[in-house]
Amino acid sequence: MIILTVDKAKDWMKEIQKRMFDHKDQLTELDQAIGDGDHGINMARGFHEVVAKVNHTTYDSVADVLKSAAMTLMAKVGGASGPLYGTAFLKMSLAMQGKEVDQDVFKQAINDAVEGLQARGKADFGEKTMYDVWKQVANFLQEEDVKDWYGILEVCQATIEDTREMAATKGRASYLKERSKGHVDPGSMSSFYIFEALAEVLDLEE
Amino acid sequence: MKKVINDANHVVDEMLDGLVEAYPTFLKRLPGTTVISRSDAPVQGKVGIVSGGGSGHEPAHAGFVGKGMLDVAVAGEVFTSPTPDQIIEAIKAVDSGNGVLLIIKNYTGDVMNFEMAQEMAEMEGIKVDSVIVNDDVAVEDSTFTVGRRGIAGTVFVHKIAGAKADTGASLEEVKAVAEKTIANVRSMGVALSSCTVPAAGKPSFTLADNEMEIGIGIHGEPGIERVPLEKADNIATILVDKVLADINYVKAEVALMVNGLGATPEMELHIVNRKVSDLLKEKEITLYKTWVGEYMTSLDMAGFSITLLKLDSELKNLLVQDVKTIAFHV
Repeated sequence: MIILTVDKAKDWMKEIQKRMFDHKDQLTELDQAIGDGDHGINMARGFHEVVAKVNHTTYDSVADVLKSAAMTLMAKVGGASGPLYGTAFLKMSLAMQGKEVDQDVFKQAINDAVEGLQARGKADFGEKTMYDVWKQVANFLQEEDVKDWYGILEVCQATIEDTREMAATKGRASYLKERSKGHVDPGSMSSFYIFEALAEVLDLEE
Repeated sequence: MKKVINDANHVVDEMLDGLVEAYPTFLKRLPGTTVISRSDAPVQGKVGIVSGGGSGHEPAHAGFVGKGMLDVAVAGEVFTSPTPDQIIEAIKAVDSGNGVLLIIKNYTGDVMNFEMAQEMAEMEGIKVDSVIVNDDVAVEDSTFTVGRRGIAGTVFVHKIAGAKADTGASLEEVKAVAEKTIANVRSMGVALSSCTVPAAGKPSFTLADNEMEIGIGIHGEPGIERVPLEKADNIATILVDKVLADINYVKAEVALMVNGLGATPEMELHIVNRKVSDLLKEKEITLYKTWVGEYMTSLDMAGFSITLLKLDSELKNLLVQDVKTIAFHV
């Protein structure tokens, strides 16, 4: 069964944009605590550009929509988040190339995105980065059906809470070492909104 | 904030326009980009040398574009890495079919953006390799950190890689000599005052009138310690000792750079250089060549950094080989 179409993929981008806009201040405040304080602004700007781009473009495949999103994010978000999210969407696009997106293709795409994030960020699990959230989603999909998407969101939330008390060892927050404890990683939070938006659009009914 | 600007959001764009107006025979700006290229790029039969990074470090990086050094420099927003799309334009502009070397300073954002551009250029069939400069001894280097930052020592890497490329060497050879330079270059800085990013409108941090920060980063990142201001000779000694402690310079021959961070007058840099030269003589380290001036600045920060590059005969030859850029001369 096809769970993601071109139109749904476009809707996904719009749902992400909505969330980045609504939570712009929250993400920026998280980033002010342990980073350089521009994550909300950058993500809201980036997905605003993505939606502007996909709204005015005709696509033949989900892969093309995600490639377009990837290129826009890496050009417009900046910092480390631009290449990280750009890589995640580009890897998903490559995994979906020439295919209709059913469960298996989708799971493969998430897996490839997670591998891409790990390679780009040189991150491991438990370093208080967005990789933690993505890795948990990939792990969940190994075991469970995509129909349980709301279960995935619970996993994400639990992961974010777990990382709150960690000391960051990657990214700008790592300059703070122990002082990063007690703060939620802004990239993990924005990743959560991306998966939450996906739950909104995926065709999960039989 | 008191700055000679029109609009904080346009400082990079307007700076780049002004720069190419000043040196039209040297430089060109690729239309619609923040890429400054040699006017005669791509140079046939030569490895292309690409560098860049956030703006605010002028004359880095565009000031080092020219024969014998960089072929192209990519400017990001102030203290922000350029994005992959811009870097790809730079790579394409200097590729003559002999491959392209990216010289990256070790910051999370820079490394990710440049590596992403590298992969995408490779997907388009361009041969690209990269090196990462990490000369700042103020930062702990371990597998548990993002590692040392790239600061003024990067300029020596630009020079030597550029000179090697000019000899017609292969991409592998140019990369090897760049790696050798990185392995032998160390730097450390000190700040007497903060800098102000135009878009932020206020100083990045504060230092009291009688304080200095040893080990400052070129974006105002924290250093090793904040201590009372000392006389020039004492500050120079502190920095030289830290740099010398990191690598074995015994009986070595070195190149020295005393680099101003933006708001320290040349007079003071020469006062520092006087002491550094003395210290090296005392330690029987041979000074091959010295550069004093502004090479890798931090907007309007007062302070300086000291860079030492340990030389062998290959590095010596390449270091003084003919170069024609705005900001680096031999």
